[in-house]
Amino acid sequence: MLESFFTRAIIAGVGVAAVTGPLGCFIVWRRMAYFGDTMAHSAILGVALALFFSFNPLAGVFAIAVLVAVILGFLQRRGTLSSDSLLGLLSHSTLALGLVLVSLMPNVRIDLMGLLFGDILAVSVADLALIYGGGAVVLGVLAWLWRPMLAGTVSEEIAQAEGFSPERTRLVFMVLLAGLIAIAMKILGVLLITAMLIIPATAARRLARTPEQMAIYAALGGIAAVLAGLWASLHFDTPSGPSIVVAALGVFALTSLIPLKNKPKDA
Amino acid sequence: MIERMQELLPGKFARADARPGDGPLIAMTKLGIHRDGRWLVRGVDMTIVPGEIVTLIGPNGSGKSTTVKAALGVLTPDEGEVRRAKGLQVGYVPQKTAFDRSLPLTVGRLMTLSRRRSKAEVAQALDLVGISHLRDAQVQALSGGEFQRAMIARAIIGRPDLLVLDEPVQGVDFSGEVALYDLIATIRDETGCGVLLISHDLHVVMARTDTVLCLNGHVCCSGTPDTVAASTEYAALFGPRAAETLAIYRHHHDHAHLPDGSVRQADGTLAFDHHAHGPHCDHEHDHTGSKARQDA
Repeated sequence: MLESFFTRAIIAGVGVAAVTGPLGCFIVWRRMAYFGDTMAHSAILGVALALFFSFNPLAGVFAIAVLVAVILGFLQRRGTLSSDSLLGLLSHSTLALGLVLVSLMPNVRIDLMGLLFGDILAVSVADLALIYGGGAVVLGVLAWLWRPMLAGTVSEEIAQAEGFSPERTRLVFMVLLAGLIAIAMKILGVLLITAMLIIPATAARRLARTPEQMAIYAALGGIAAVLAGLWASLHFDTPSGPSIVVAALGVFALTSLIPLKNKPKDA
Repeated sequence: MIERMQELLPGKFARADARPGDGPLIAMTKLGIHRDGRWLVRGVDMTIVPGEIVTLIGPNGSGKSTTVKAALGVLTPDEGEVRRAKGLQVGYVPQKTAFDRSLPLTVGRLMTLSRRRSKAEVAQALDLVGISHLRDAQVQALSGGEFQRAMIARAIIGRPDLLVLDEPVQGVDFSGEVALYDLIATIRDETGCGVLLISHDLHVVMARTDTVLCLNGHVCCSGTPDTVAASTEYAALFGPRAAETLAIYRHHHDHAHLPDGSVRQADGTLAFDHHAHGPHCDHEHDHTGSKARQDA
């Protein structure tokens, strides 16, 4: 069954969407869309450094993403620049730095389009193992830390006063995000990872009445987008990553037709 | 074990008194917090015993929140000592809770935010604050008063020994304000918990406060609301007009204006017609609405 590249693409996409859905909900709730984007962009620098010093690209992506998150936290605390300026600075400079570094290595040939937009149709069986193994770890930690993370999202003060440590949970969340970027990069590309974090989550908002529902609906919506996008990609011969994101947009447009459930049923 | 003892005790919200003991819940002596080369607060003494309502007042930056954070153990004192009763459980209602509208949250789900709670516990807490009918409502759709009630219900659901409220009447209209202060006193009466209140509005110190601590980096004065209102330190800090309004507030809360336009006097009787104001009571409200109950 795994011999068919298309089957492997579907399995990989479903696995990634199952993780980006719940994780993306926290990105949306905590207004960290641009933050996620910045971490994803820094992945290019991670790949470049890994190639330059010849170590595992995945480790490079993960390490640089965590480093960027830490640097960002440090600069935010210094408070001389606003958060969005800092994010813009780091987001684009790490992307540019990575691209420059790659071009400086004459004997290295890399698929730049694949890095930027993903190459879901080139997924190997080893990649599948990585996606499902890594994805299970990310989802497991997320489920384990669900209550403190949610409490911290509603109010850091309450979380702190009632015995959680929001600082530590935030750090763990960044590590999870870095891990997701590392495993999803090959499928979606650094420019499209954020789309699969944000779009299914926002699409799920309309249907959900609790945070848990939203996380599940986001995962399901993402999976639907993967299936529709891959089908379209095969049918119309369009690039797979962008096709999946367009399909996710379609899911969002569909759920936008449903009125926001904010009032009690009888009101 | 404690759970079982609670079940054996009579009353909806009776607690096992064995948990924090009968001594003070919080005993703070000569607290000092030092940040960025200056003392935010210094030499603050504060004690809260079970069933006591303590209110902190003071101008902006006077160290009210710092004092509360030290009391909760979020901040470590640089000087002095904070002793908390063993096993002290705190319910906290922060000053501002603003989370993104993209987070779907029902009132019922809010109750289980930091711990798992049984359905009965949720129902009990919502019932006590009077919003049982809103269990399935989205939190973002609540009015200011309903939201504060939901936050208070969330804080008391674990039957805390100490309820801490940071400016609980913010964004609540006047009659809602009165009702909230009544609710806080009711919770104290029913659960026997200690209450620590921060008031940013200098003039609004609830009449049922046992102890007022007037802060300005240190404790300016403390005592019953009357003692503080009469003290020269309070007048010096906020001006003589403030002392006057504090007294007035205390006075005019011997009656409450209920939503239907009737008036509840301090002795619990209801008046559906005009009510006479005392000599110092100069607050304004609409008397036309209080003539008769429409459903009477």
